[in-house]
Amino acid sequence: MSDLASAFDGEPALVSYIAAGDPSAEQTKEYVHALVEGGSDVIELGLPFSEPIAEGPTIQRAVKRALDAGMTPERYLDLVRELREEGVEVPLVCMTYYNLLLQHGQASRSDDDRASAAGCDARASPEAFVADAADAGIDGFVIPDLPVDEADDLKAACDEHGLDLVFIVAPTTTDDRLERMLSKASGFVYVQGRMGTTGARDDVSEDAHGSLDRLRKSTIPKAVGFGISAGEHAREIVAGGADGIIVGSAFVDLIAEHAADGTAAERLREKARELKDGAVAGAKETPESQST
Amino acid sequence: MSQKTFGDYGGQYVPEALMPALTELEDAYQRYVLENEDGFVDEFEERLRDFGGRPTPLQRADNLSERYGFDVYLKREDLVHGGAHKLNNALGQALLAKYMGKERVIAETGAGQHGTATAMACASLDLDCEIYMGRTDINRQRPNVYRMRIHGADVNPVDIGSGTLKEATNEAMRDWSRTVEDTHYVIGSVVGPHPFPTMVRDFQSVISEEAREQFRAQVGRLPEAVIACAGGGSNTMGAFHHFVDDEDVDLYAVEAGGSGLGVDNEESYAPNSASLGTGTEGVLHGARTKLLQTPEGQIVESHSVSAGLDYAGVGPELAYLVDEGRVTPVNVDDDAALNAFHRLATREGIIPALESSHALAYLEEYAEQRSAEHASGDAPRAGPVMVNVSGRGDKDLDTVIEESTERDIANAPDMEVYQ
Ligand SMILES: Cc1ncc(COP(=O)(O)O)c(C=O)c1O
Repeated sequence: MSDLASAFDGEPALVSYIAAGDPSAEQTKEYVHALVEGGSDVIELGLPFSEPIAEGPTIQRAVKRALDAGMTPERYLDLVRELREEGVEVPLVCMTYYNLLLQHGQASRSDDDRASAAGCDARASPEAFVADAADAGIDGFVIPDLPVDEADDLKAACDEHGLDLVFIVAPTTTDDRLERMLSKASGFVYVQGRMGTTGARDDVSEDAHGSLDRLRKSTIPKAVGFGISAGEHAREIVAGGADGIIVGSAFVDLIAEHAADGTAAERLREKARELKDGAVAGAKETPESQST
Repeated sequence: MSQKTFGDYGGQYVPEALMPALTELEDAYQRYVLENEDGFVDEFEERLRDFGGRPTPLQRADNLSERYGFDVYLKREDLVHGGAHKLNNALGQALLAKYMGKERVIAETGAGQHGTATAMACASLDLDCEIYMGRTDINRQRPNVYRMRIHGADVNPVDIGSGTLKEATNEAMRDWSRTVEDTHYVIGSVVGPHPFPTMVRDFQSVISEEAREQFRAQVGRLPEAVIACAGGGSNTMGAFHHFVDDEDVDLYAVEAGGSGLGVDNEESYAPNSASLGTGTEGVLHGARTKLLQTPEGQIVESHSVSAGLDYAGVGPELAYLVDEGRVTPVNVDDDAALNAFHRLATREGIIPALESSHALAYLEEYAEQRSAEHASGDAPRAGPVMVNVSGRGDKDLDTVIEESTERDIANAPDMEVYQ
């Protein structure tokens, strides 16, 4: 296992998502530093895929900008390496879709080999990507199109390389599925705060509280995402029992609006601080903190 | 329980939020479709007959038979209500939605054929219907947009990306992940997560069920070969399914060769839609299957003169049958399809869909192989051949007029005199 779970020790954690390469790899590095300075405990770095089916319009556009600017899995791994060299120490989680993991390392084989391998014994595997990601400095994965039922190959590869595989708990997740996920999850569980896709909202959904209630007995850190955009949401979510919050679209919106005028990094730092402060305030209101 | 994977292909690669909906659907499919609970299958068959116009004829194409020197039979899915095989599936799923107590139906569409079929089915079953369609496709398929609207469906434009089928499918999946409680997603082909590939195949398998009987009754034997076009592969699996165990029946899946094979990795573009014959294993829209993708795994934009074949993926069962050697993937290019379109119109009085024209075009190459067998003197294939005419081509006239004028297509009418 990586250090991912320990990022949730003590204060509630802020997990911050941005899409790698939006609008350029250089700017992504600057933004990661800003998010860490603002108090982010984990960075979820999106590896852009052409079909982001779990994403709302904000992140879809970010992914498109990144792809248009030339982001690839190879460049992504270089970017992770450079962030580590520049002293970024917080856990880095790779958020992407399963197909990119399956294709990595296959490109060196000729097309004929691939076509025939696809037919015969060689089932495509995520192992090569996991190995390279571990080497570059990635700590874990969030793969929104890989439910627990299909995750055995990736789980085995993560175990082998000491990485965490984060599962998403949806409002519709049944109890038996929750149990299966908890038996395989490590790092933290991603509590999907509402149905649908990612995107900043103005309120906190009831769904998050229901899932947190169901997870209360579990010791694995619980982070809530989907729709959080303000310190006030963060406070409410953490007061409701979350160990952390996951924020993406609110950051990506700032990048979309302010990458050009050069103020994006500063705004990301402020936004991260607002969210982190909200989360910390929320922690003081939990039943646990009141009783001690 | 129904089959979840075909070899390594298939599966359920979807966001967690959708998993309970898929489980619910598996259960409904098992009970209503496979076990005929509450008389579902009886009602489906009755509606297919009275509303859909089934059974469709198996017609001997006399003039094509003469041209090729063997019997060519056409399975006339172009005569299904709406003009394509698509209704077989759309009606089945809309009815299933009704049995499941869902009030709302969504679907993706490329050319608008599946969207139209779904809109018709929902109008007749009194279900709310919303169709996702890419902006590019809306602009090039306006009559179909109007048809969907006539039937009371809302058409939601999808602006992101290239605005075609791939993006429309992404958006339909996103909608479903918000609305699973009261909504059924009518996927348009044998693609997507389990149980869709199996279930859609079952709804379409009426094609080969009828055809097999018709061959027995009308011809006194089974066909030597069945030829069908393959986009996602629903008319294909429908035409093949009841022949898969008949080992003497050759099965040909004809893909769109477009304007050339291969993938341009720089541009993330394939000038064809030949995923079955030239694609590589990957995961798209919920299933592991053969895909047109870059070596890195980005899904590419595909191309075909026929919008209905223009898709970077293909059904997992078909991919499996190809790997097993049971189905032979072949392809014909845009020009060959346009030629076959005009050939059938001129010689048989039938306007085929551009999709189906691909299957008809393959007859040329197939006939050459058979005459080569004759010439070389080894036991030549002698039996009749079935081509699945998956739809009618009235919808394609604008495209055909434009494309036939640009290219030199045999049999295309000369319209110059009317300028
Ligand atoms: C007439 C017709 N044939 C074939 C297709 C391709 O779909 P499939 O491969 O699922 O049969 C379409 C799709 O729109 C169609 O309209």
